[in-house]
Amino acid sequence: MSSVIALLAGVIFGLGLIIGGMTNPAKVLAFLDIAGDWDPSLAFVMMGAIAVGFFAFRVARRQAISRLGLPMQLPATTLIDRKLVLGAILFGAGWGIAGFCPGPAVASILIGGREVWIFVASMLAGMGLYTWAARRGWL
Amino acid sequence: MTTFTPLPSLIGGLLIGFSTLLMILWLGKIAGVSGIVGQLWSAAAGDRAWRLAFISGLMLAPLLYVCWAPLPAVQIATSTPMLVVAGLLVGFGTRLGSGCTSGHGVCGLSRLSLRSLVATLTFMATAILVVWLLRHA
Repeated sequence: MSSVIALLAGVIFGLGLIIGGMTNPAKVLAFLDIAGDWDPSLAFVMMGAIAVGFFAFRVARRQAISRLGLPMQLPATTLIDRKLVLGAILFGAGWGIAGFCPGPAVASILIGGREVWIFVASMLAGMGLYTWAARRGWL
Repeated sequence: MTTFTPLPSLIGGLLIGFSTLLMILWLGKIAGVSGIVGQLWSAAAGDRAWRLAFISGLMLAPLLYVCWAPLPAVQIATSTPMLVVAGLLVGFGTRLGSGCTSGHGVCGLSRLSLRSLVATLTFMATAILVVWLLRHA
């Protein structure tokens, strides 16, 4: 059952990204280009998502188990450290170069063609590199 | 150049919010794409199926969308070497920083997490700076 809900949630998430314009890197970059021909659309995506999310997490916080009887896995970490900030800087740099973040990139795999595959393959390599380095205790 | 689309973007955002609601209230999981993808291989066997299901849904969404409207364009002007650099940075950075636009930006801000606010402001500011450097400097 949890896989059915996760599949449904993935589809809804993907439809939201498409309708919201986030699967087009040109639109994402136009949002980030505040000194150019600024397109503030993506701020509306964030507002819509947080409006529903705020309510959802308020409810979630009061519950120990989910509706499917699974443990409520809310992040416990509140630490603001170098890893968090450095990670966000690296991610932001990549996002600013290509206009792709992980969600829209994955949602475009079947429709985007060669460029999307190159980006996603590199992203997976970057994730693998992190896991490898973390296991060696380098991070 | 793209056009300002406040209403479709708001509707898209509400759908993304509804997806995070399903994930947290039904599965007890954070709908953070970089975490779901990045921990797919290292996850325990019982922790893998929902991840694969979510990723599959995400990939299937455009195929369902085309049944009712033409897909919006995917316009990529980035060169191949720069796509590789960007992908490596996004993959490594989101794992090091424990989240991306969905995990920190949507879920974290919805939880009023200060940690996620710091991450979100940092990646937004960096991305804006990088776009400015590439386009206007």
